[in-house]
Amino acid sequence: MSEQIRTDDSILVRVHRALKDFGVPRLIIAAFLLLMFIVAPFTGVNFWSQVTNVFNRFSWNAVLVLAMVPMVHSGCGLNFGLPVGIIAGLLGATLSIELGFTGPVSFLMAIVISTPFAILFGAAYGGLLNRIKGGEMMIATYVGFSVISFFCMMWLVLPYKKPDMAWGFEGTGLRTTFPIDKYYGGVLSNFLKIEIGKLVIPTGALLFFALLAFLMWAFLHTKTGTAMTAVGSNATFARAAGINVNRIRMLSVVMSTWLGAVGILVYEQGFGFVQLYNAPFNMTLPAVSAILIGGATANKASITNVIIGTILFQGIVTMTPTVMNGLINLDISEVLRVVVSNGMILYALTRKTEVSR
Amino acid sequence: MNKQSSGKKALNFLGANSVPIMFIVIIAVCIPIVGFSPTFLLNEIVTRLSRNAFLILSLLIPIMAGMGLNFGMTLGAMAAEIALIFTSDWQIWGIPGIVLAMIISIPISAVLGLLCGKILNAAKGREMITSYIISFFMNGVYQLVVLYMMGSIIPIIHNNIKLPRGYGVRSSVDLTRIRKSLDNLLAINIGGVRIPMATILIIVAMCLVIIWFRRTKLGQDMRAVGQDMEVARAAGIDVERTRLISIVISTVLAGLGMVIYLQNMGDMATYSSHSQIGMFCIAALLVGGASVDKASIGNVFLGVILFHTMFILAPAAGAKITGNEVIGEYFRVFVSYGVITVALIMYETKKRREKAGIGQQLAAAQREGGVTRA
Repeated sequence: MSEQIRTDDSILVRVHRALKDFGVPRLIIAAFLLLMFIVAPFTGVNFWSQVTNVFNRFSWNAVLVLAMVPMVHSGCGLNFGLPVGIIAGLLGATLSIELGFTGPVSFLMAIVISTPFAILFGAAYGGLLNRIKGGEMMIATYVGFSVISFFCMMWLVLPYKKPDMAWGFEGTGLRTTFPIDKYYGGVLSNFLKIEIGKLVIPTGALLFFALLAFLMWAFLHTKTGTAMTAVGSNATFARAAGINVNRIRMLSVVMSTWLGAVGILVYEQGFGFVQLYNAPFNMTLPAVSAILIGGATANKASITNVIIGTILFQGIVTMTPTVMNGLINLDISEVLRVVVSNGMILYALTRKTEVSR
Repeated sequence: MNKQSSGKKALNFLGANSVPIMFIVIIAVCIPIVGFSPTFLLNEIVTRLSRNAFLILSLLIPIMAGMGLNFGMTLGAMAAEIALIFTSDWQIWGIPGIVLAMIISIPISAVLGLLCGKILNAAKGREMITSYIISFFMNGVYQLVVLYMMGSIIPIIHNNIKLPRGYGVRSSVDLTRIRKSLDNLLAINIGGVRIPMATILIIVAMCLVIIWFRRTKLGQDMRAVGQDMEVARAAGIDVERTRLISIVISTVLAGLGMVIYLQNMGDMATYSSHSQIGMFCIAALLVGGASVDKASIGNVFLGVILFHTMFILAPAAGAKITGNEVIGEYFRVFVSYGVITVALIMYETKKRREKAGIGQQLAAAQREGGVTRA
């Protein structure tokens, strides 16, 4: 009977349902990006260099967006505490350079050194989130801020000596920004780089993301991964099924934190600079809204969401300034970025289905 | 027996007031290190009290209605800044300028508050994170209006306000001719400490209004909604409307407070004055011993005094101890965020404990019921 009703649905109804599944804001953003790509050649902007930009930005940011996935799966909500992981990554980066590693080895060592920090911070952060179930997102935001501002003091106080990083004339504290060409700048992006005319594909960075994404996908299909999804969709049911909810949630937070640490290292190798002090403040909201734009909700996220979301978000961020400038000589990209990213988070927070837990 | 209970009481008092006590200790340690003169310190505290108290008072009403810390107060601050851009452009200075700015800010704040309240009603149980994101979202819209529409669509007459490119407002608006005109009205001087009586009177009047408001029907409704939304709804209270009104009032008050704040500063950073204001006001209120679900007028004043004394002392103390003034500045930011974090954690754990307590009571009642039936 129901089958029959389904086949009887008019095309209009089906389109309507598909629209609803896809989400209107997402559609608008996708359409806007498409429009940008169509208009771009007419404004004298080279199409292929734009595509290259989008590829690059994607490869810098995708791992940070991937860091959202474990916590969303275990029901801890969107990881507004991403700075906790970023700080672990920055510790790894600065220590690796301080210890004298250079080239690709420094990247590897940065990951190795940041791992214990990420596990330690992640465990503390996860333990805290286990005590305040239901209020994770707000507290995560402020835990992130507290950690960033605490480390603002630490970057000044810690006895870093390497002249490439520390203030030369005062002899104390790290610089706010320093280049890492000698260390791991471009170490992934330049690996197996493909250049076809104006189109440049940072193969290494894309492969690195693909590897992490594959591992994440594989993990979510293991027994522990399935348990994580179960905890996220219904904690009471999961507990009844004999799953240790707190342990799983803790594991998810540690994973998110570690991915955040690796994510910032990948970002830096693409960007070519390490940014300390207040810079991590600006990393969280773009990552959160990217995964939401990709179709994730506050308690459901897949690898596809990560990929689509990062392409759409970074696409808009890179395309609008150039196209708008060429078109009407007006750069409203910054405003657009703020409105789009926060509007997307607001949309996710106010949807009825996602509020109920 | 009696001794033990008084000891317990003291412990409870310490537990409930741990944040203010911690601040008193920090300040007590910092004052001798820094060595500011008492007159300087008192002057600074009075200035900051009169500058910030009204803004922080605007946070009280949403807390009463159970909506937590209103991070959306930033919207009121934006409305006030838009109003001040207009009055500066029309070159209305002094007290008339301030009054006019307040009047213009009210409808803008009300509309923004209405929008914010509507969104918060759709995100019940997540008001704080939502209002926090709203403040970021509206900051984008504010930039769109002030940086692109003012001067091109919205008429701006004077070139000292417009950017050289012909539209958009400069990153700083000069309010020298409004500066302290409210503070200097009826100001008196007691032993070298300048007290801006007019501003203080306005703040006191606002406190009285809030006390009166709590006793009105609407105020009672808000408290009922704050206690339990379902019970309030059963009692025939329009929950959505009550919550909406509380946010609108808060936003409007924040707008008025921001005008008072900016007339004291005498200079307006068009694109950043409002961005930190919510955080600092909320931190100050929490330092005063308020929590997410309970805040009094006393918390406001204690909070302003403690928080801003720390603010004055921290950079100087940091410079004295480590020889680096920047550390003190980072320290005060860290403390602001830390205080908010701790308050949020305490609130959530308390909420969970209460929930668990209710569960235990229910279980106990059930057990007793079972026994009698047997």
